[in-house]
Amino acid sequence: MKKLYLKLTLLLVFIFTALCVHAQTGSISGQVLDETGLPLPGATVSAGDKATITNTDGKYTLTGLPAGSISVSVRFVGYQVLQQVVTVSGDTKFNASLKPSSTGLNEVVVIGYGTVQKKNLTGAVSTVTSKDFQKGSITTPEQLIAGKVPGISITSNGGSPGSGSVIRVRGGASLSASNDPLIVIDGVPLSNNSISGASNPLSLINPNDIETFTVLKDASATAIYGSRASNGVILITTKKGTSGAPKFNFSTQLSAYKVGKKLDVLSPSAFRDYVNTNGSAAQIAMLGTENTDWQDKIYQTSLGTDNNLSVAGTYKAIPFRISGGYLRQVGVLVTDKLQRTTGSITINPKLFDNHLKIDVNLKGALTESRFANQGAIGSAVSFDPTQPVYVKNSFGNYYEWANTSSDGSVIPNPNAPRNPIALLAQRSDNSQVKRSCGNAQFDYSMHFLPELHANLNLGYDISNGKGTTYVPANAAQSFAVQGLDNNYQQNISNKVGEFYLNYIKDLKGINSNINVTAGYGYYDFLTKIFYYPSYNANHVVVAGSEPAFAFDKPQTTLISYYGRAIYTFNNKYILAGSVRTDGSSRFAPENRWGVFPSAAFTWRINQENFLKESKTISDLKLRLSYGVTGQQDGIPYYSYLPTYALSVAAAKYQLGDTFYGMYAPQAYDKSIKWEQTATYNAGMDFGLFDGRVNGSVDVYFKKTKDLLNNIPIPLGSNFSNTITTNVGNIENKGVEFAINGALVKSSSFSWDAGFNFTYNGNKITRLTNVENPTYPGVLTGGISGGTGNTVQINSVGYNTYSYYLYKQVYDAAGKPKEGIYEDLNGDNIINEKDLYRFQSAVPKYILGFSTQLSYKKWSLSTVLRANLGNYVYNNVKANIGVTRNLLNPAGFLGNVSTEIFKSGFDNNQYLSDYYVENGSFLRMDNLGLSYNAGKIFGPTSKVGLRLNANCQNVFIVTKYSGLDPEISSGIDNNFYPRPRTFVLGVNLDF
Amino acid sequence: MKKLNYIIGLSALIILSAGCKKDLNRTPTNAITADVAYNTPAGYKQVLAKMYGGFALTGNGGPDASVGDVAGIDQGSSDFLRLFWNLQELTTDEAAIVWNDPGLQDFHVMNWTSTNIMIRGLYSRSMYHITACNEFIRESAEAKLSSRNITGTEADNIRHYQAEARFLRAYEYWVLLDLFGNPPFVTENDPIGKFIPSQIKRADLFTYIESELKAIEPLLVDAKQNEYGRADKAAANALLARLYLNAEVYTGQARYTEAITAAQKVISSGYTLNPKYANLFLGDNNVNNPETILALNYDGVNSQTYGGTTYLINAAISAALDPKTFGVPNGGWSGMRATKNLPLLFADYSGATDKRAMFAAGSIEMNDITVYTDGLAVTKFKNITSTGTIPASANGVYASTDFPLFRLAEMYLVYAEAVKRGGTGAEGQAITYLNLLRTRAYGNASGNITSYTLNDVLDERGRELYWEGFRRSDLIRYGRFTGDNYLWPWKGGAKAGKGVEAFRVLYPLPSTDIIANPNLVQNAGY
Repeated sequence: MKKLYLKLTLLLVFIFTALCVHAQTGSISGQVLDETGLPLPGATVSAGDKATITNTDGKYTLTGLPAGSISVSVRFVGYQVLQQVVTVSGDTKFNASLKPSSTGLNEVVVIGYGTVQKKNLTGAVSTVTSKDFQKGSITTPEQLIAGKVPGISITSNGGSPGSGSVIRVRGGASLSASNDPLIVIDGVPLSNNSISGASNPLSLINPNDIETFTVLKDASATAIYGSRASNGVILITTKKGTSGAPKFNFSTQLSAYKVGKKLDVLSPSAFRDYVNTNGSAAQIAMLGTENTDWQDKIYQTSLGTDNNLSVAGTYKAIPFRISGGYLRQVGVLVTDKLQRTTGSITINPKLFDNHLKIDVNLKGALTESRFANQGAIGSAVSFDPTQPVYVKNSFGNYYEWANTSSDGSVIPNPNAPRNPIALLAQRSDNSQVKRSCGNAQFDYSMHFLPELHANLNLGYDISNGKGTTYVPANAAQSFAVQGLDNNYQQNISNKVGEFYLNYIKDLKGINSNINVTAGYGYYDFLTKIFYYPSYNANHVVVAGSEPAFAFDKPQTTLISYYGRAIYTFNNKYILAGSVRTDGSSRFAPENRWGVFPSAAFTWRINQENFLKESKTISDLKLRLSYGVTGQQDGIPYYSYLPTYALSVAAAKYQLGDTFYGMYAPQAYDKSIKWEQTATYNAGMDFGLFDGRVNGSVDVYFKKTKDLLNNIPIPLGSNFSNTITTNVGNIENKGVEFAINGALVKSSSFSWDAGFNFTYNGNKITRLTNVENPTYPGVLTGGISGGTGNTVQINSVGYNTYSYYLYKQVYDAAGKPKEGIYEDLNGDNIINEKDLYRFQSAVPKYILGFSTQLSYKKWSLSTVLRANLGNYVYNNVKANIGVTRNLLNPAGFLGNVSTEIFKSGFDNNQYLSDYYVENGSFLRMDNLGLSYNAGKIFGPTSKVGLRLNANCQNVFIVTKYSGLDPEISSGIDNNFYPRPRTFVLGVNLDF
Repeated sequence: MKKLNYIIGLSALIILSAGCKKDLNRTPTNAITADVAYNTPAGYKQVLAKMYGGFALTGNGGPDASVGDVAGIDQGSSDFLRLFWNLQELTTDEAAIVWNDPGLQDFHVMNWTSTNIMIRGLYSRSMYHITACNEFIRESAEAKLSSRNITGTEADNIRHYQAEARFLRAYEYWVLLDLFGNPPFVTENDPIGKFIPSQIKRADLFTYIESELKAIEPLLVDAKQNEYGRADKAAANALLARLYLNAEVYTGQARYTEAITAAQKVISSGYTLNPKYANLFLGDNNVNNPETILALNYDGVNSQTYGGTTYLINAAISAALDPKTFGVPNGGWSGMRATKNLPLLFADYSGATDKRAMFAAGSIEMNDITVYTDGLAVTKFKNITSTGTIPASANGVYASTDFPLFRLAEMYLVYAEAVKRGGTGAEGQAITYLNLLRTRAYGNASGNITSYTLNDVLDERGRELYWEGFRRSDLIRYGRFTGDNYLWPWKGGAKAGKGVEAFRVLYPLPSTDIIANPNLVQNAGY
């Protein structure tokens, strides 16, 4: 790989040093300024067949022009094009001042391997820029755009500091492989692999460094990313250097986090009453004398702070930006903590008369976390409320349920919950993660042919995650192994090298424009996982835990060739086509290469004569696209190879007097290959009243075939009973709608609002090689309770993650009858043939609403989100909503949900549909007030001040009876509650 | 010139990118190819360890791995013994279980279907094991040995390994024969990959197993001459004896004389009864045990599993029963216990007279099948040694007790039953054998018999072999498994027990394999 970098660099140098510059007579020079009179670097000035780009001072020179009148045009993205006739005579001066374009249509949108103006977009692409991001305490980047973009759902995994999110673009395209979108930061595609010690790899990117999110949804936009594009692509662009003198920005936030709601469990007195009435003498004797609210004990109101300092400007003609951030967040669950230090450096020099643009981005992050033992959440709801937290005993003086052996030793009851506070206080789980990623991108516009760009992008992403887990020997939670003193470590080193050529040419004669790109990419993902034995608290190796190998180094590589052509006729009709071919090390040579094409047609209807003069409709565009994308994430790296694996130390087998490590043949599938998704998309973009209202509508149909699916295989044909192979089809169809408008726009008052709507429906259409209507499907959705119980199924003809349970029978009063289910197949036996499919964990409709009211220096904003049609299995109720849990036959008392008074169930009825509830909700994500104090030291001072106050997770409206229905898996099992957050922030510019 | 440069540049790019294509041939760091695994005799031994360990353990990743050798089932319950035991014992009068795991409650009430996870689990385990044995048999073929330059004693050892792999395969086919009747059939001549095995009829499978066992008998190490934990000639004959005893069930043809011959071969190979019955099921039963012919080996440190004897010990007791005295101080899972029929096989189930009766607290009546204390706990298996110590264990839960797959007592009982069923043998010899067992059980001759009936043998098997995975097959052979001529609490779902349909003498082929393998025809009734 190093050689590749070297060769590419040499090649580039070779190309541009071999060129020469022609000199002719007659020239125009001058300066281009923006509306405020500041120089505009990077603007394109063209006259006749000559063109150039303004330098960092906004200055330009066009030489070799014929004398006489010539039409000069000046363009810059986001600005209206200026056209003027200039008379050239010798060295003529011409200064231009550009006005911003009101419609935003000239905004540049980042697409794969290039940029286009928004008006020329052929794909379904949504962009959110920093001014529209979610505000407040945002620890991890994806949360910036929650609720802002149609067609994408972002569901946080809970309230733990820095916890990740499940991101789904158009519902995802896979079943058992990955459904995560490809994330590309500044042109560098990231791997979706997790980093040891980080709850979420994205949490190592400071959200404050991000300028823009661009979500690519249809195949016209994504197919250029080929085999990694089926689940959508999210392009993240970080903040760049700016022109002019360095400007500083400092922001600081103080946040307070508080758990909103607790689960309803029996109060100590209700608990005592129940035991005294219903318990045996032995059980009554177990009652304690305390009144402990365990949920109160494990949660705290916690604080967090986020501080960022950045400086951006131009130093010696090199635009740069440097930033540093420090975040510290304490979790609402006692002992949870995240500390993050980040730094980034960006330089954006332009050399050789702006022919060579270089963007260098370097980011580094260091996080230190302590992860709370989340087992305490479940324990707190089910622990006996009459027992004390502390008591004098051998478990570190935390009260525990225990039995005394005949020899007098006291041993924790293996079936009882552990003391929640002990779970938290006696486990110390610390990690440290370092991550650095960055890239250097060279874009060279050929001297002899400025329309031809050569672009080289070299990127890296390395991280080191390590951590330790310590539990003292006397703690009941790891009593069997006498505590823990473990460590872990992992290194990741991912490399990216890309090179493409881009040629853009106006063909005036035929009123056309062509834009052609061809490129090559090399991507390598290498992880090194270190293996260590387990230690007990006395640092003695736990017997049988010695690793068979010191480390493992899984590695996968992807090589790609891609091309794209966009042809625009008469500024009205745009035809675009792309093709990418990817080779992946995950597949056997005969299946290694996949081809992913796309085609799109766009009609800019507002450019037609009948709309050109319209005062109402300022933009109207029809987009049609079709394309094929692939998916290979989530496939094991080497599953096509027949291999033997050595067993771990705990799985040796005794022959004679020796324990032998076992070599086992591994199941393999020689013919494993990509999943392929064909996407059809039809969309309409519109703008009204000179762009004050704009929006888009998209309808799509996605069909994935060769679905990677873990299916039962004919027994006897391989070394397992299931294999991950390409079988099965799934369909997604949906509608997306977004509208944004400036409802009121006056000098002192403005009101902006945006609304988006998403419908996504999916259906599995095939799951097996041999069609068989009796095949129930793939059980999924494991729950807590029993061993191996599942509540969901993926079946042909149904939604993914449909619930698959027994139909509860109710009495006349509407009370469920315990253990009585409908005999749906009428065979007089209740068995798994009576399970039925209904609803799904996946929401059908997702809505987002954002609005901002500004009056003079004040502004008030809010974001609301709603999911409709998602159902939730209330695993907490199913577990502790039964009296058996209270008077537990395993020799202890446990608290229960007040649900026992409703259902009256004595035993767990895990497979009853009684526990599936409608999880539709409306949540106010954010309510913010900000005050822009402006130049606080007078109009001439440089110091600007903004103050803001935010409340996040303000309220939720739902019928769901548990704490929070927004759970991506649809199974609510002691979910880490999302806290309500109060934030005060100060932002200083100077 | 410029264009030329451009073309050169582009060509250079294409050439160097082509050079990188070899980077797509990534290989794993720690896993190895077959040729590396079998490169040395030591490598063969390590694959052989898997052929045996495939019985005892759930997979190569140990008990905490997310998946084992077979998928679609909780890893901790995916080992051979736990599944086999559930299917052979929970469906009978010997045991009922409390837990709610999917499909588990269906066994005792005899309500299972073809989608039952445990049924699929055992079937998958056996077929996986057979497929792995096929691979080993292929890789230990003579041509492979010579191509790998393995000769002399080392080659002889591997020839023994190969015969043992064929024995293990025959054993698994016997499991499928007994429980499923008509499974798919694959041998070392079938490929790995996209291939659909054919189904074999029960009678044909019987013939195959019989011919395999006869063929490998001369190739196996002599009785008692092999390493501990490895099959020898006696193991092959013991399986043959078991096979012939049930031949009438499997094929409709009685083969009792052959059963006697095979059993007698084992009996006269030098095995003797372990003087103390209880010691057969303790943590050090791998040493000083003259009775066990072949065992599944467990170890609390090196061979950890939540199945095997760890399951039999922990799930049989509750935390209230002082688990430390069972050698599992941190265990006690309150799982299964006996219906009253089992203790009532003993005239005195206190253990004071017949010491084989090992029961603990609980009420003998089972009013509620999901209440652990309804029914007597069975304390036969323990993880303490014969001297009262506890073997090393990683967590005070994993047991080191080995499980006897074949032991001498069974051969005595095969002999006695086959004689009574008309096989050519001596009834006097049979009485002697039965009295050997009874003398050990009583500690003296007070329990000895002078004559016996066919039914006495079933009861004696109940007393001698309970909880060792025989009961379902025994009840079927005696025509008492289905129907209503023999009942036990909660048979058929009724508290007093009720008859069930005759088709339940066979388990269904799992629906997953019926769907994956279009060659399969489901067993009648399912």
